[in-house]
Amino acid sequence: MALAKITQVSGTAVHVPGSDIDTDRIIPARFMKCVTFDGLGEFLFYDVRKHLDGTEKAHPLNDPRFKGASILLSGVNFGCGSSREHAPQALYRYGFRAVIAESFAEIFFGNCTTLGIPCVTATTADIALLAARLEADPSLKVTVDVEKNRVFFGEENFTVHIPDSAREVLIAGHWDPIADLLEAAPTVEATAGRLDYMAR
Amino acid sequence: MGKTLFEKVWDAHTVRRMANGQTQLLIGTHLIHEVTSPQAFGMLRDLGLQVKYPHRTFATVDHIVPTDVQTEPFADNLAAEMIRELRRNAEEFGVTYFDLSSGKQGIVHVVGPEQGITQPGTTIACGDSHTATHGAFGAIAFGIGTTQVRDVLATQTMTMSKPKVRRINVTGRLRPGVYAKDVILHIIALLGAKGGIGYAYEYGGEVFDRFSMEERMTVCNMSIEGGARCGYVNPDAKTYEYLKGRPYSPKGADWDKAVAAWNAFATDDDAVFDDVVEIDAADIAPTVTWGISPDQGFSIEGYIPDPDKAASEAEAASIREALEYMKLAANAPIKGTKVDVAFLGSCTNGRLSDFREVAKYLPGHKVAAGVKAIAVPGSQIVDVLCRQEGIDKVFTEAGFEWRGAGCSMCLAMNPDKLVGDQLCASSSNRNFKGRQGSTTGRTVLMSPLMVAAAAVTGTVCDAREVFEVAELAGV
Repeated sequence: MALAKITQVSGTAVHVPGSDIDTDRIIPARFMKCVTFDGLGEFLFYDVRKHLDGTEKAHPLNDPRFKGASILLSGVNFGCGSSREHAPQALYRYGFRAVIAESFAEIFFGNCTTLGIPCVTATTADIALLAARLEADPSLKVTVDVEKNRVFFGEENFTVHIPDSAREVLIAGHWDPIADLLEAAPTVEATAGRLDYMAR
Repeated sequence: MGKTLFEKVWDAHTVRRMANGQTQLLIGTHLIHEVTSPQAFGMLRDLGLQVKYPHRTFATVDHIVPTDVQTEPFADNLAAEMIRELRRNAEEFGVTYFDLSSGKQGIVHVVGPEQGITQPGTTIACGDSHTATHGAFGAIAFGIGTTQVRDVLATQTMTMSKPKVRRINVTGRLRPGVYAKDVILHIIALLGAKGGIGYAYEYGGEVFDRFSMEERMTVCNMSIEGGARCGYVNPDAKTYEYLKGRPYSPKGADWDKAVAAWNAFATDDDAVFDDVVEIDAADIAPTVTWGISPDQGFSIEGYIPDPDKAASEAEAASIREALEYMKLAANAPIKGTKVDVAFLGSCTNGRLSDFREVAKYLPGHKVAAGVKAIAVPGSQIVDVLCRQEGIDKVFTEAGFEWRGAGCSMCLAMNPDKLVGDQLCASSSNRNFKGRQGSTTGRTVLMSPLMVAAAAVTGTVCDAREVFEVAELAGV
């Protein structure tokens, strides 16, 4: 299964500020009443974007200046809470291809990597800087360079971090691990054979 | 140098090291439910794959089931479709399924231990972040996403980076009226909602030694609210006593062999941890949350934080956002905050001992006028056990509604939802914005007895005062 090698993601970006933005906020539970992930994009951040009557609230994703953004910028502990993959699926289907935040919750990070969405961390100051530049020029092209651990925009750039294990699978095109996992079937069976409970 | 239980279980389940340095880890027990598995089965079909070890895969339905009328067809077509899909998948792929008609259905993290599926020295994964619950038995258990559910279905393995291990010692004795829920809310408030990222939590110390299995489950359950993907307690005599004779527990000669193996998994006396946190049980009060993140919690005696006194601008912003959403005023006591709904249940606090403890104090009290109070057993078996002891009657006589088993108002994927900006005193695990089914609904997390006290007074209050919790033998 040949997967794209994700070395960098380029596009416009939007800043959704806040800390501890949880996966319930990213995709409210009622939208998980589904048996496929299709169509989740329209419900992304639904309850902070829409009033009960469906009219729009003030939210960065409703700001016409940031329509079409493919890079999301946020704060601390992004994606905490529920393990629901519906959250990264909604981000992807909405059009996001990379996330820059101060830190990420672990399950969310793993889910994103498996979908080929790089999640890179940056300092508070660098995120504030990029947010200010975006506010001044929403059309600013931003590049998340996974290979070089940097984010480039205009004439500026800053260092970002992504664990080596995630960077390697993204740039090698092995972010969906199923082929690699299947390949080890004989070793899996041998490992299982050493554990009594696997036979019970 | 000795090893931790985590390291021993990890090593025993390591299949190989992947090219990127991660581990391909064998997942011995895979638990699935209706919300996060249908897409995974869809992926299996697309790839033409089968379930690798169907006999190690167990399904139940919990998130979407109504708790008032549980006979089908459900009024909600989408919910009905999800349960049909799970049935179809379980049948087609040969997976054990505890359906509504089985008498064994319930919240997946209640069912696993109850059936004896959850065992020490094993690895357990489930497409649900509260999978750490099973760590109470000395298992390495964690939540996974749906693509990983596919990976585990198809290969019985997944890729994972090995976390560090933090030992959290709670020593001394808890004061009367202070429960396992208070212990974990206290730990989360102390270490923060992201304090556990990159760690597995090993809980220990005298308090955990004395805790029942259900109390250990309550603590392990909320590890993820502290950022730790898994949390565990070393297995001991209580663990084995709980497991003995359960449907999936080893039997006969296999039992003795299993106990010996389980004992060997316990953390060695000379094991070295990456970090150690010491907590004095006497410092833990009945704990409640005041904000919109589980780490925004404090003693019931606490006063709402003032953003102007915050240590940093980021913290001030978090407090302001929380107070605006919760409609609470800085510097006011949390005690006395009006409550509209009381919810007792969830994978955190929906077990027999939770209802039993509240039933000790509830007789003679009535739910306050204007408060909707619901008690939702975590499984059909918990329901039956409560009924056998007359616990359901104690609740209904006090004015609680006694419901059928499910996740219910913890995440409100079924009809149990807050309305408008109702404030819920809740024994569940998350106080996120909108978590309980209303986009403006408010949640205050607390122990089951505190929920009962809130129900009868109509306010967030100290259960020790309401119920005159005497100097009982604490845990």
